[in-house]
Amino acid sequence: MTALRGLLRKEFFHIRRDKRTAAVLVMLPVVQVLLFGYAIRTDVNDVRLAVVDPSPDSATIDLRNRFAAAGIFRIVATAPRTDDLNRLFQTGAAEQAIVFRPGFAEDLRRTEPAQLLVITDATEPNTGALLQAYAQAVVQQYQADLTRSAPQSASGARSIRPAITIAPIVRTRFNPTRASSNLFVPGLMAFVLTIISSLMTAITLTREKETGTMEALLVSPLRPWEIIAGKVVPYLAIGFAAVVLVLVEALIVFRVPLRGSVLLLLFEGALYILVSLNFGILISSRTSSQRLAMLGVFLTTLLPNILLSGFIFPLESMPAVLRWISFVVPGRWFVTIARGIMLKGIGLEYLWRETLYMTALAFGLLVVSLRSFNERLE
Amino acid sequence: MRRVLFLAQAEVLHIVRDRILLAQTLIVPMIQLLILSNAATFEIHNTPIAIVDLDRSSASRGVVNHLAANGHFDIVDAPASLDRANQDMLDGSVTMAVVIPHDFETSLMRTGVAPVELSVNAEKGSAAGIVQSYAQSVLAAYGAELTRSAPTIGPRIPDPRSRIDVRLRSRYNPTLNYKYYMVPGILVALMTIIGSLLSAQNIAREKELGTLEQLNVTPITRGEFIVAKLLPFWCLGLIELTMGLIIGKLVFGIPIVGSLVLLYAVAAIYLFVALGIGLFISSVVETQQQAMFVTFFIVNIYLLMSGLFTPIDSMAPWVQVASQINPVRHFVTISRAILMKGAGPAEIAQPLVILLASAVIVLTVAVRQYHKRAS
Repeated sequence: MTALRGLLRKEFFHIRRDKRTAAVLVMLPVVQVLLFGYAIRTDVNDVRLAVVDPSPDSATIDLRNRFAAAGIFRIVATAPRTDDLNRLFQTGAAEQAIVFRPGFAEDLRRTEPAQLLVITDATEPNTGALLQAYAQAVVQQYQADLTRSAPQSASGARSIRPAITIAPIVRTRFNPTRASSNLFVPGLMAFVLTIISSLMTAITLTREKETGTMEALLVSPLRPWEIIAGKVVPYLAIGFAAVVLVLVEALIVFRVPLRGSVLLLLFEGALYILVSLNFGILISSRTSSQRLAMLGVFLTTLLPNILLSGFIFPLESMPAVLRWISFVVPGRWFVTIARGIMLKGIGLEYLWRETLYMTALAFGLLVVSLRSFNERLE
Repeated sequence: MRRVLFLAQAEVLHIVRDRILLAQTLIVPMIQLLILSNAATFEIHNTPIAIVDLDRSSASRGVVNHLAANGHFDIVDAPASLDRANQDMLDGSVTMAVVIPHDFETSLMRTGVAPVELSVNAEKGSAAGIVQSYAQSVLAAYGAELTRSAPTIGPRIPDPRSRIDVRLRSRYNPTLNYKYYMVPGILVALMTIIGSLLSAQNIAREKELGTLEQLNVTPITRGEFIVAKLLPFWCLGLIELTMGLIIGKLVFGIPIVGSLVLLYAVAAIYLFVALGIGLFISSVVETQQQAMFVTFFIVNIYLLMSGLFTPIDSMAPWVQVASQINPVRHFVTISRAILMKGAGPAEIAQPLVILLASAVIVLTVAVRQYHKRAS
């Protein structure tokens, strides 16, 4: 036991002395939360609108004012011809353009429909679709107002057609403001934990191999599990500290809700750390160099946990193959659990399946990774 | 000059012989490209929804049918009670619950207006907003259809005024294919990772193994050493781009509207920035582990703030300003502008100038730092 304590002290010294790695380990969670809170957003506002109006009349100016007053549009250019549009779109100076035809007001007054062309930069498909919907809404509102204020037709008879509307009442549940920070924080915890637990563990263990000091450890009275424990426990502690750090920062800076039980969340976090550590140990026992270990962790652990956990990109939109793979990605389960606890305030009564799976994975992997480590020693 | 070539040749031999490095540079990025392009999508289809039809009338069935036929939704549950729908939301099996109230048809017929409740599970992120707007447009279309088929009261004369015929045109990505948008950006990410991570790791490795010391006592100057080290990675970056473009074209059918020559020219400049960052990192770290972590950390920030995954326009104002000094942002913009929009030199002039300036600054700082450390 004293030997284990000695190894632990040595590991902590290593970490303390390596200021740069320590700095990254502390900065990583803090900066990530800030980035995801402020930079990773998908809401659309301040649309750069170009207007092509060859012959301004009362109606086109009216409609232009409607766009300007809508709040989300900013008219960046007004031109008489469409020549300039290409350049505006290609440089990104404009995202959307409305093109009037000459005699817009005249057409409106007569029976034929007044044509209006709405061109949207759909490079990013969702933004494109949303912009189209916004522009249509402005035009529809304008049209409705015109109809309402229309004088009766000459004959005095007015066709009345009851308009039927289905009025959607929208309730946005669990995250009414749709603040991105609320969504990303649970995933971020998984991300930070994966880096610290899997990547760091795999690298420190292979480093001992690469530099040849693993041999020295092996001939010491330390038993294999003690070597692993000595190497892993410091990162377990750091990982746990990182989770708390992310959580506290998210609660203070972004006021992310924590509706469920903190204890349960921390317990699940610990479970996830255990799973990730095991991945790290397993990979380190199969690789001989730091580079290979890093590559292995990156491909088998980090990438799937970022992409296939539903952390950033919705799983439902992915091809079936990727969705199947996601079932074995531990991050997916942790993200579901953490979002459930934080945003929905649900507990084990809904999350027992995910928890059970993670527990099984943690202990299953523990056995496999220890055995694999022992095997390699002989 | 000959010495540089020899050293570069040695470096190329190293890369070719080193199976790990080869895997890192050629296979991993292509896997990333294939997975990322499929996974990194905010596209909405097959969204699981539950519909609670309390009315069970022909009008309410119309709502159900329209939602089912839309293609964006997958009706996975049609519970009879609100409680079940609520549970579906809580256990996460549905993204939206639609509730059609009891007197839906009656009130629709009598007053012309009837509510439908849409509960969106915003836990699913940005998808929630899009799902909601899709559902709303389905309902609006159904309402319009009912209006058309409803009997008119009074003489049937066309409403003479105020019909605006809105034509919509989506430019550059008319089929709204997310991959067209992602692939040009992912290519930039891959080149960034190759450029900075591998060069940083490579030089740090020489330090760790002690071979850097050996090189320092040879007649090779530091300038020659840097050029010889970076040149092979510069070429690798361009090979990477080529492979990525081929996969993008063959597998995903991405559009290549603009000039490839222009794209390669910009990529050649951009790689200097990425390599410079790697060189700088390698000169301030001592071990491979540090090199990996520091690079990972920095590249990660660069990528997240580049508009690669989410539009720059949506970011907080101060982030938008800060991202101006992010070289990745400018290359992502340029790559998309050239490939998707067919922009020429004039249209990309502004980001290109910033890229050029960053290349000069980053390389100067990195080489200075390297000299300071090495002496």
